[in-house]
Amino acid sequence: MVNVCLYFQVHQPYRIRNYTVFDIGNSSNYFNDEKNVSVLKRVAEKCYLPANRLLLELLEKHPEFKASFSFSGVVLEQLETHAPEALQSFKELAATKRVEILDETYHHSLAFIYSKKEFEEQVKLHTEKVRKLFGQKPTVFRNTELIYNNELAAFAERMGYKGILAEGADHILGWRSPNFVYKPKTSNGMRLLLKNYRLSDDIAFRFSERSWPEWPLTADKFARWVNAVNGNGNCVNLFMDYETFGEHQWAETGIFDFLRHMPAEILRHPDNSFATPSEIVKEHEPVAELDVHNLISWADVERDLSAWLGNSMQQAAIRELYRMESEVKASGDKKLLEDWRKLQTSDNFYYMCTKWFSDGDVHKYFNPYDSPYDAFMSFMNIINDIRIRIKKRKK
Amino acid sequence: MKVLMFGWEFPPQSTGGLGTACYGLTKALSSLGAEITLVLPTTEGTSSEFLKLVGANARVREIKTPMRPYMTSQQYSSRHGRSSLYGQTLFEEVSRYAEAAEQIAREESFDVIHCHDWLTYEAGIRAKKVSSKPLVVHVHATELDRTGGLSVNRHVYDIERKGMHAADAVVAVSNYTKGKITSHYGVSPEKVAVVHNAAERQEQGASYRPEQFGIKSHSKIVLFLGRITLQKGPDYFIYAAKRILELEPDTRFVIAGSGDMEEFIINKAAELGIADKVLFTGFLKGDDVKRVYRMADVYVMPSVSEPFGITALEAINSGTPVIISKNSGVSEVISHCLKVDFWDTNQLSNKIIGVLRYRELAEELQANAESEMGKVSWLNSAQKCLDVYSSLLRKV
Repeated sequence: MVNVCLYFQVHQPYRIRNYTVFDIGNSSNYFNDEKNVSVLKRVAEKCYLPANRLLLELLEKHPEFKASFSFSGVVLEQLETHAPEALQSFKELAATKRVEILDETYHHSLAFIYSKKEFEEQVKLHTEKVRKLFGQKPTVFRNTELIYNNELAAFAERMGYKGILAEGADHILGWRSPNFVYKPKTSNGMRLLLKNYRLSDDIAFRFSERSWPEWPLTADKFARWVNAVNGNGNCVNLFMDYETFGEHQWAETGIFDFLRHMPAEILRHPDNSFATPSEIVKEHEPVAELDVHNLISWADVERDLSAWLGNSMQQAAIRELYRMESEVKASGDKKLLEDWRKLQTSDNFYYMCTKWFSDGDVHKYFNPYDSPYDAFMSFMNIINDIRIRIKKRKK
Repeated sequence: MKVLMFGWEFPPQSTGGLGTACYGLTKALSSLGAEITLVLPTTEGTSSEFLKLVGANARVREIKTPMRPYMTSQQYSSRHGRSSLYGQTLFEEVSRYAEAAEQIAREESFDVIHCHDWLTYEAGIRAKKVSSKPLVVHVHATELDRTGGLSVNRHVYDIERKGMHAADAVVAVSNYTKGKITSHYGVSPEKVAVVHNAAERQEQGASYRPEQFGIKSHSKIVLFLGRITLQKGPDYFIYAAKRILELEPDTRFVIAGSGDMEEFIINKAAELGIADKVLFTGFLKGDDVKRVYRMADVYVMPSVSEPFGITALEAINSGTPVIISKNSGVSEVISHCLKVDFWDTNQLSNKIIGVLRYRELAEELQANAESEMGKVSWLNSAQKCLDVYSSLLRKV
């Protein structure tokens, strides 16, 4: 029996504008509204709307079909304002009861690493947003970019979650398979669902890669790979950005046709079925305990945090940001708190990544800056403006 | 492979990037086995271990203009009531040089002719005529770059155009320059190969001490190094300095180089009330160049049009972060730097202040650019030139 668990991440940041040293003290307008609205509308048009329509069809056609989502709070806000029809279609999906919503940090942040207090506040904000918009109370948690370790599992368990997602990284699994439920070392009731990155990335990254020997990927071929798990696994966790459909992989690549036929092909095998994360948590006993001391993520080949915190600019930027937490909160200035939180979105640090900058690759995706250095400068200039706002408030 | 090469300057008798580039390229070509005979207007004060130098004895006795392959700016000359951009003696020298080339080509044995910039094109064309060997012209700069597109000297432009069309292959120092060659000189893109310049790695060495320039040690130093001419954008540098000083009054600006806009820039600094914050070193050579790079906290190259821009690589090799004009060839080679539109003084000032204020920014820029320099080498450039030669010889 194999449960296929589809999980899609939906997130768009508030990108920062080119904020110069001359703006410090003169402007507290930090975000590139024009770019943010245009990206959101484009993604809604190319991905959210057509993919949601297709999922609704599939849910209608196959009573066994299920899926799950998590949305950052910041994308939900933006959808409410700039793409309400897309938000409406997400609500329709959630209303089928076969689409489960997971919790994450409201601001798609790295708060867990820098401030547990802020982390908890953001998760609560998120829970409230999901309740309000979708009428669901999530029981499974996914942290930003699948960042995970034992400590997070224990923390999430204390917050009442039953399950948590993580990357099925080779260096934590070793010889073990991602296709089972595990138990985090530091918790008892918590269950760990690991991404099957090979099968997930076949869709998310390799689908349109013509140099890939398996190209073109068809639904029946993919289903055969899933079937092969039967007998040596309980679940196949396919975790990916929702933007895979129509944005990372354009409609012309045939990605929507693939999605349209995939459920039927998978269900052709009598032992296959679909399940949501909370169902998998309930149905399967953990096969082993996993000890993940160092933080892992789903990013890049390293599966570590180097895309966000790998260089000294990123570390300085985030350190300065969290250093202001207590003063920002003590200021009682709601707008200031909101701005400060929007700055926490992980994308802001991702844009400062220098790892493959000279090769120009995936890190360029919707990156509004000429270079990681420009991203850092705008960010630090804003930090300096926030300092001025705090000072003014104190007076 | 025997190469008859025509150049105009060669270190230590060199006044700019052309001499530096010829040196780097010929040295690497020699190490790859090419036998080079380099013809210069005069070999006085020059020697080389890796190639044969031949003097064309083309220097005229009465030198009224500085013998430099670079022009004065129209902006400056009109301000000062000058009418002629190039001294008469320069054109005279160019034509004597070309005459001598014919004789040299008869005497030397070689497989291919390679000439550098417009001053040597006529020489190359004549050498080709008497030898029937293939001709490569190497474009380090065009008249359009030197003038910023304003007041183009028709005579120079015509020589450039003639050389490019007479050549069997054209080598451009960047895609940026290739674009100029194909769109403004009507050369077909298939005939143009891009060979980027490089810079030799250098050992860590001495730096100037800011005190030597009367600068306090806590002051941050912003460097401009290049000819003080319209092409290099010194005026944008000085306007940026004014803006920067409004926020960071302790900053000091060093302008290293000479050129026809020097007086204009000195006056402008006084007019803007920042004369005491801007220091002029005059033209620097050899180790002095390295010392001034090392002293600087950031090197700025705000060129209006920069076919390549070797100085940016030299600054990086000296451990100094760089801010360069988007209109430059070097921006195709180095990604770990800050890039600006030369005319956008606001952004230029903003980025300079960023590098001065944020330690991590300067450190990351410097470290990443230095490691990026690993893939930039004269050997790669020389190999590409050899490929160009071979393709021409196959055609013969």
